[in-house]
Amino acid sequence: MHRTGELYEQYRTLEQQRETASLGMWIFLSTEVLFFAGLFMTYTLNRSTYPDIFSEASKTIKLSWGAINTVVLIGSSLTMAMAVWASQTGKKKALTWFLIATLVLGTVFLGIKSVEYHDKYVEHHIPGWNFQFEPGADAATNAHAQLFFSLYFGMTGLHALHMIIGAGLLLWLIRESLRGRFTPEYNTPVENIGLYWHFVDIVWIFLFPLLYLIDRH
Amino acid sequence: MSATPAAVNQMPREHYLNATWGIRSWLLTTDHKRIALLYLASVTFFFFIGGAFATMIRIHLLSPKGLLVTPETYNKLFTMHGVAMIFFFLIPSIPAVLGNFLLPIMIGAKDLAFPKINLLSWYIYLVGGCFVLYSFSTGGLDTGWTFYTPLSSVYSNSAVTPAVLGVFINGFSSILTGLNFIVTVHTMRAPGMTWFRLPLFVWAQYATSIIFILGTPVIAITLLLAGLERVFHLGFFNPALGGDPILFQHLFWFYSHPAVYIMILPAMGVISEIIPTFARKPIFGYSFIAGSSIAIAVIGFFVWAHHMFVTGESTYAALTFSLLSYLVAIPSAVKVFNWTSTLYKGSISYDTPMLYALGFIGLFLIGGLTGLFLACLGLDIHLHDTYFVIAHFHYIMVGGAVMGYVGGLHYWWPKITGKLYPEFLARIAAITLFLGFNLTFFPQFILGYLGMPRRYASYPPEFQVLNVMSTAGASILALGYLLPMIYLTWSMRYGAIAGPNPWPGTGLEWRTPSPPPTENFDVTPEVTWEPYDYDNRPDLGLDVSGAPALAHGDD
Ligand code: HEM
Ligand SMILES: [Cu+2]
Repeated sequence: MHRTGELYEQYRTLEQQRETASLGMWIFLSTEVLFFAGLFMTYTLNRSTYPDIFSEASKTIKLSWGAINTVVLIGSSLTMAMAVWASQTGKKKALTWFLIATLVLGTVFLGIKSVEYHDKYVEHHIPGWNFQFEPGADAATNAHAQLFFSLYFGMTGLHALHMIIGAGLLLWLIRESLRGRFTPEYNTPVENIGLYWHFVDIVWIFLFPLLYLIDRH
Repeated sequence: MSATPAAVNQMPREHYLNATWGIRSWLLTTDHKRIALLYLASVTFFFFIGGAFATMIRIHLLSPKGLLVTPETYNKLFTMHGVAMIFFFLIPSIPAVLGNFLLPIMIGAKDLAFPKINLLSWYIYLVGGCFVLYSFSTGGLDTGWTFYTPLSSVYSNSAVTPAVLGVFINGFSSILTGLNFIVTVHTMRAPGMTWFRLPLFVWAQYATSIIFILGTPVIAITLLLAGLERVFHLGFFNPALGGDPILFQHLFWFYSHPAVYIMILPAMGVISEIIPTFARKPIFGYSFIAGSSIAIAVIGFFVWAHHMFVTGESTYAALTFSLLSYLVAIPSAVKVFNWTSTLYKGSISYDTPMLYALGFIGLFLIGGLTGLFLACLGLDIHLHDTYFVIAHFHYIMVGGAVMGYVGGLHYWWPKITGKLYPEFLARIAAITLFLGFNLTFFPQFILGYLGMPRRYASYPPEFQVLNVMSTAGASILALGYLLPMIYLTWSMRYGAIAGPNPWPGTGLEWRTPSPPPTENFDVTPEVTWEPYDYDNRPDLGLDVSGAPALAHGDD
């Protein structure tokens, strides 16, 4: 496809191009919702079958790391929103800095996440890999706790994968922003990647209570 | 056929096929028309693979003890047949081939909204296809196309992991196609192309795309979980480890029932184009047909557990799902009524696409009505997992969807290639297909009713006659598929020149040369007319005798 300025060949106007891209992102996000929904469904069913073991298993995860990460991620959503605002108002320098801030916060999140994964590894809580819930736990308890941890790793892992993709997209945005590509007339990529980033944050807002806060008063 | 004088029928000098040359210009193309042809080649390839397995199944079942293979291999044959046909042929067929080619042209756009994503979706399809072929050729797959756990996740010794991965990957190709179509219909329509001037084919693609984007991600995550369960010995769906196999079935059918509508809705769209063209009449009940597509897409999401009546789901759930399944038959019937009303008092000509359309109506009717048998709780206990179910869905998927696809290929072939196929041969092929199909699958209704279970490599001797009939039908059916492949390929080179509008049709795609230029239209069209308006189209040169009186409808 050829492009004239920022306008790709198949569109008639920039306005049409912007609308198209943004609708595309919303539809992509609705696909994502259904993608995660399968996991949430599996979680719901298993937790309602084994409520006690799920709450026991949940208590072995360090609450503090999860809480810090929640704050970090909400912070990154704020900086992302600021980045979108900066791109719309033509503040090119600010845009770059907000994007960098978002990337840093995202990386901090992933760093903390890997510390948590490492803790689980040390405790033999990795499903399918010498899994041992508690010393002396019977086979059934072990199996059901393993279900919890399979879901824990499945859900946070898929979320982390989305974060990593998001970080890659941010890197690209930072590069383009340094080149001064985004203007009040053309900032669709910032807006769309912003939407994506917020979506990934929202997923975490659901994951945190479901995985860390079962039965903690 | 056409009333256009022969002198007009010249090939345009430059069109999308000869605009650029070389293998790179195809493999890196972003032209939706070329991508459609890439898809055409690849789904045809998988149709052959699936067809080869089907042939072996039918030969095997010629004798009660089984002629050809061991029971273990037999399990692989029907599984690989299903996976190839459903995920790699039928689901992409009409959307990715005809939809890709036509959707932008029908709405007066230069291309889809996201041409690069369109190409990406083809590559994703190829990658998924390679994984599945790898599975087929290294140990095969024996879980049934449904991948039920814990058979697939624990017990099967076949190459399940690459197959699951392949189907998982292929899902993203569907999702991207669906996304592209929805956005395109929303934002790329030409001036004057309002929602209610959209061809019904476009409405059908739109409805299908809704299922693509909302259903496919669920099967993707489900297969991912099953695959992880197999590789890492996790327990999501494994009762031995506290998981729930029924959950897998729910998640699977939450996609796979809607997926049956992914297969049939686009075919319904094709039929809605063909019927008015060869009845030379505006379609009856345009908005009902358009609305029923959306209704089918929506209601289709709420009937999935009718595949699980015998799994021990609660009586109330079963009752609800039975009722909802009856509901989904209503919009399907609405379409059939509208098509037949369109035929009423039409000046019908039996060109090849029309033969396919008429065949579709009859076969879909049988398939749909037997669906109601199955949706009936008491009856389903008797019919579940018998050949009756096989016959039911083949009437819809092969008699309906594949007929629609082949009919559509014929209908738009002159547009795609600029050439006409040999009409007489094509009619013979259409009739062969219809007869072969019925001979293959009608006996299976009886077999199922008498109690022959599906997915077994042998059967009691009293069922042999009907099985032999079915195999005989299958060989006629195979001939019916081979013929079009031969003469359509032949016509690309030797066919008569078609001209822009051979039938003639009323849609935008018939207002541009055949084959169309790369940008589809020389000038962006502006739509000022209503769809299928045969009554007010003197430019088509049709002899609607007594024209003035007919112009405002006598019915
Ligand atoms: C008119 C509406 C329809 C109704 C009420 C209906 C009902 C049913 C029911 C109740 C079953 C389960 C039977 C059993 O396993 O015991 C079934 C199976 C099936 N139907 Fe339909 N159906 C309808 C339309 C369709 C359409 C449009 C398609 C495909 C394009 C389709 C494809 C299938 C397939 C593939 C299966 C078998 C799946 C398997 O077990 O492998 N059906 N149908
Ligand atoms: Cu169904």
